[in-house]
Amino acid sequence: MRYLPLTPADRANMLSVIGAKSIDDLFIDVPGVAQIRDPFDLPRHAGEMEVERELAALAAMNRPAGSGPFFCGAGAYKHHIPATVDHVIQRSEFLTSYTPYQPEIAQGTLQVLFEFQTQVAALTGLDVANASMYDGSTACAEAVMMAQRVTRRNKAVLSGGLHPHYAAVTQTIASAESMEITRLAAAIDAEAAVIASIDTDTACVVVQTPNAFGTVTDVSKIAEAAHAAGALLIVVTTEAVSFGLLKSPGEMGADIAVAEGQSIGVGLSYGGPYIGLFACKEKYVRQMPGRLCGETLDAEGRRGFVLTLSTREQHIRRDKATSNICTNSGLCALAFTIHLSLLGERGLKSLAALNHSRARELRDALAAVPGVEILTPRFFNEFAVRLPANAIETVEALVGQGIIAGVPYSRLAPEAGMDDVLLVAATETTTEADIAALVAALKGRTGQ
Amino acid sequence: MSMNSVGRPTRPDQQSPGVGGSLTGARGLLQDEALIFELGGWDKTGVDLEAPKFDASDLDGLVRSAPIGLPGLSEPEAMRHYVRLSQKNHAIDLALYPLGSCTMKHNPRLNEKMARLAGFGDLHPLTPVSASQGALALMDRLAHWLKTLTAMPAVAMSPKAGAHGELCGLLCIKAAHEAKGQGHRRTVLVPTSAHGTNPATAAFVGYSVTEIAQTQDGRVDLADLEAKLSEDVAAIMVTNPNTCGLFERDIVEIARLTHEVGAYFYCDGANFNAIVGRVRPGDLGVDAMHINLHKTFSTPHGGGGPGAGPVVLSAALAPFAPAPWVVSGPKGFDLIESPEGEAVQGFGRMVAFQGQMGMFVRAYAYMLSHGADGLRQVAEDAVLNANYIKARLSKVMTPAFPEGPCMHEALFDDHWLEGTGITTLDFAKAMIDEGFHPMTMYFPLVVHGAMLIEPTETESKLELDRFCDALIALANAAKGGDVERFTGAPYLAPLRRLDETQAARKPKLTWKPVSQTPLAAE
Repeated sequence: MRYLPLTPADRANMLSVIGAKSIDDLFIDVPGVAQIRDPFDLPRHAGEMEVERELAALAAMNRPAGSGPFFCGAGAYKHHIPATVDHVIQRSEFLTSYTPYQPEIAQGTLQVLFEFQTQVAALTGLDVANASMYDGSTACAEAVMMAQRVTRRNKAVLSGGLHPHYAAVTQTIASAESMEITRLAAAIDAEAAVIASIDTDTACVVVQTPNAFGTVTDVSKIAEAAHAAGALLIVVTTEAVSFGLLKSPGEMGADIAVAEGQSIGVGLSYGGPYIGLFACKEKYVRQMPGRLCGETLDAEGRRGFVLTLSTREQHIRRDKATSNICTNSGLCALAFTIHLSLLGERGLKSLAALNHSRARELRDALAAVPGVEILTPRFFNEFAVRLPANAIETVEALVGQGIIAGVPYSRLAPEAGMDDVLLVAATETTTEADIAALVAALKGRTGQ
Repeated sequence: MSMNSVGRPTRPDQQSPGVGGSLTGARGLLQDEALIFELGGWDKTGVDLEAPKFDASDLDGLVRSAPIGLPGLSEPEAMRHYVRLSQKNHAIDLALYPLGSCTMKHNPRLNEKMARLAGFGDLHPLTPVSASQGALALMDRLAHWLKTLTAMPAVAMSPKAGAHGELCGLLCIKAAHEAKGQGHRRTVLVPTSAHGTNPATAAFVGYSVTEIAQTQDGRVDLADLEAKLSEDVAAIMVTNPNTCGLFERDIVEIARLTHEVGAYFYCDGANFNAIVGRVRPGDLGVDAMHINLHKTFSTPHGGGGPGAGPVVLSAALAPFAPAPWVVSGPKGFDLIESPEGEAVQGFGRMVAFQGQMGMFVRAYAYMLSHGADGLRQVAEDAVLNANYIKARLSKVMTPAFPEGPCMHEALFDDHWLEGTGITTLDFAKAMIDEGFHPMTMYFPLVVHGAMLIEPTETESKLELDRFCDALIALANAAKGGDVERFTGAPYLAPLRRLDETQAARKPKLTWKPVSQTPLAAE
């Protein structure tokens, strides 16, 4: 087996050094009833070619985003990733290293995390950011739990514009901690409706911009209302490229900002691994979940970086920790940081502007399709449309024409009663020909 | 040097002598690399984009006006910056990386190649199921392998890491108790040697944690367990093989006693590498166990994630698994994202989408490569390598549990360092100068000055001997009074010992400009 270096002679020699007669001697503590003697009903080992053949066949049964007209978003976005990014993250020293527990020989990883934290703080307009979470949805749930610790209150209000999966994850996690979750009904343009639900038991309100329907909202007024009641404002963003164009959560008064960072440097990969961004005001840093990297000096007075404030974390605090999280999304953070370093201020703004422009082109084209109604009043690169037919059926039908038309809202939330609502996104990767193909296909469906 | 004798010291000796520095801060070919905020231009970019057709006039009042504060680098500058940084990392591709409990094994590059096939890497999570049949088939096949290897009837695929899997398992347990009218159960039992994530997870879902004592030979104390088991206990969380690197001989009895009081048995599967292909957790009475795909099935650790932690479940817990899950039907595979009818027993949702698909592809490629025969050999070689290290190093170091074999990791305490003036931390830092990543230190907490060495099966005998020779030489130097070699170590790493106390006391978590000049003043 190509990954196993020991030879039979090595094994015999090593057993004699140990003083064991056979390998079975080393498994004597395993109860007899649990010792498996017969081979498992699974295939035997295979060479690279055979493995590659099976996986390539499976991959070929899927329809990747880049293979034709494609308009899906809803929390994961198709963006171009510079070739440099994937080259660097495959370097052995980044790919095959572990959590930087020995900072003297992990400065590569640690300095990248410090750069990452600074970039995320800048993007969100907040003071500090952690070294990343699993994804945007788990970051959202952790933010709500953090608000409970900060305010010592037990209620969270989720806007009707919050991504339904994020709401479900938050509800699952927070209700396990006996938090009371008020989830408002799905609404295209009503982030501010959370204000009416704020009371003196409210730990936090969770709003999203651009929201699940793509609607962009200035949440400053919500921040004022939350703060007046002693509650925190958590702002969720699922499309990180939007930070290049829109007002940041911090600028609008957010106490905690969480986001899905996949759009910058991380591939679609059918939903994971992704990268949760998590930032907050400095005064709450000791209630933050997750890893933090901080600057310090070495014994010769040279600048270096270490994991810090670990007294918040499970390996020190055990059952008193702020979270049970033990890892971050290190390699995705690296990809994010490289991509964002390549973009820089200018590149990110250009990329965001281009995304918005493409979405406006898509909007204008779809608005001209008879029976299609544009629902989202203000958007970044994604918006909702009402189709003259069931959205799931329409999307299925268009798959047959080689078009992935978008995400039916009812796939995310069947109970919302929005069966004719389709979410469509355009990015820098969307071409005029893609848009024309979608328009033609939709016109064909409506018989126009 | 003043040393904290309890726990790990976090502050270096400020007077530690240098090795004769360079004039620029470089160490040979290792550059003293600045941060991007000090290198980058505020008007520079490494990406060429076309001009937008429309402006953002439709977003009046919503557009950012202040600068963001992001420096940019051209492509050659970015490449050089990050490659230089990479050279300051140790990696499994460079040498044995013996972090106990972490299973740092070789990461086959075939798996990287497979995860990057466009059909997987460029597949949107909400692609219609008719256009993602290959992805669903792969998840189904991976699930089949996981269930077969563990003799468990079900698996929840979506948890994103080991601790996330623990959370999933405990939420299943909580839901199962509530469904039986047993929601009053408030306690989770955890051995003192457990990973910190176990008590943290139990507390996170609202349980109170009670510790179970350990016997002299490093196992769960059955008498103490029996005394603490009651109708109030929701679950027990036991790692097996445990964090001392030992198989819990009484595991079947532990499961029986746990079930007798109506509690569930959560097994922390972090150490599955020791038994994969030889022992099936389902045969031991386990109700739930997470499998760290990034350990046993070799998806890369990536500097601290991303990982993946699917949870195998017993028949009793299977109905409570979170959405989504894959089912097969006459028209192919389907993905159940919003359960209805009988399936609403599921406790909810762990993540936005399907879980760590990129890790599923890699783990499945790894499994196919090894086959059932290769995986059994993995466990046997991992255990053989650890026992070989234990045998060789026991001549100079003190094993924490000398009697009997260990499993996949060898645990030493610090008795052999008594009187030398050298701590476990010093010894670990001196290993760096000899070209090896230190072992896990000061864990498990039940062993004084613990040194937990996990070599994994992907080390050759030559590399094991190099490692043992280095540690034996260091141990002899320590006992011979060569104290400076240890207390000032490392001398030859990219940096000397770092001041963690200072970092925590005055946290600097983001870069800030030295002058008051605004970032985008240019």
